[in-house]
Amino acid sequence: MIEPKGRREFMQLLGLGGVVFASGLAGACSNILRKSGDPENDFFFVQLSDSHWGFKGPPNPEAANTLRQAVAAVNSLPAAPDFVVFTGDLTHTTDDEVERRKRMREFKAIVADLKVPVQYYMPGEHDASLDLGKAYQENFGATHYSFEHKGIHFAVLDNVSDPQAALGDAQIDWLLADLKPLRADAPIVIFTHRPLFDLAPQWDWATKDGSKAIDLLQHYKNVTVFYGHIHQEHHFKTGEIAHHAATSLIFPLPAPMSQPKRAPVPWDPTHPRRGLGFREISVDESRLLLTLKQDSLEGAAQPVAASAG
Amino acid sequence: MRLAQWILVPVLASLVAAANAEVPPQEKVIAVTAEKFKFTPATIELKVGEPVVLELTTLDRKHGFQVPDLNIDESIEPGKVTRVRIVPIKAGTFLFHCDVFCGSGHEEMAGEIVVKP
Repeated sequence: MIEPKGRREFMQLLGLGGVVFASGLAGACSNILRKSGDPENDFFFVQLSDSHWGFKGPPNPEAANTLRQAVAAVNSLPAAPDFVVFTGDLTHTTDDEVERRKRMREFKAIVADLKVPVQYYMPGEHDASLDLGKAYQENFGATHYSFEHKGIHFAVLDNVSDPQAALGDAQIDWLLADLKPLRADAPIVIFTHRPLFDLAPQWDWATKDGSKAIDLLQHYKNVTVFYGHIHQEHHFKTGEIAHHAATSLIFPLPAPMSQPKRAPVPWDPTHPRRGLGFREISVDESRLLLTLKQDSLEGAAQPVAASAG
Repeated sequence: MRLAQWILVPVLASLVAAANAEVPPQEKVIAVTAEKFKFTPATIELKVGEPVVLELTTLDRKHGFQVPDLNIDESIEPGKVTRVRIVPIKAGTFLFHCDVFCGSGHEEMAGEIVVKP
């Protein structure tokens, strides 16, 4: 339960200093700085993405610390979110099945420190594409599912367990059935790892049959998609559907097709956590206005280091 | 091997390609091997007006060969040869990559088709 006074302060911070972005659920940009009308009924959640636990390499020499920094930063928010969601690539891929499971266990041990009891997960291709999601399911459960929270329908889609980045007809049929009971104006939030639209197929930033999901979702007026995979903020609309990509917790990637190759942005020792962070999503009482705030890990407190997996 | 059906490339594309094509007599054949985590050659040089057939094979496991700008999306299965016929009609550079997630270097498994005038 969010303590009302702390929540109010949080909303003021949002309006005054944070990077604020209104989503397609809401409509008008004039609502961007609207303050909470009823703090008792507003809520917010946190999206984290692409922690790639187990990664070692020059793009992030501090990889053993970054996930812990993110956990500490979420725990130090002025108010607790209703839930956190990790949009995939929890771990960095490995051919070694034993090591893959070890990384997943280590990831779970770190996020166990989150002071947010409700947590949702989904795989990225690094977690699931080499074994069709087997190790992921052993550790985290289903790869696609839905849930309701305070009047919003949330659905998690898996576009990575198929190594060719497809949702598959069975999941499309599941989504159709899952959405069927909803009114056309129901607020719907989709979580997934890869972009559902063709952001940059040349860089593998797409879902092979994502257009089938988008076609289904187009029948609803208030749909927002949050995803990861591309390690940077990105905002795009297909029709009335808003798609928001999140920064990663490992290393940033360049803007889509901005350079010949999709290589990590080189690590800057003077700004070691530049481009890394997480997102807060505030939902107003109408459930039709989402306000996005980006939180950078730059300047975050340095937790005690431990070895990476 | 089946005779390929021609795939007409969208307006923006600059080549015409057909998958699993028969190799017409005297057409140039370029062997392309895939392995974790590279294509050899990584740069495929073609000339406008000179049809070629790419013969794609894998040295280890299943890979993919996707050229989004040309609507080419093929699997490369172990023990099989995947043939893609390309008729270059316009100069340019077209990126290709493996679209079957194959491990820790998968993101780097890419190359380019360079079509010269």
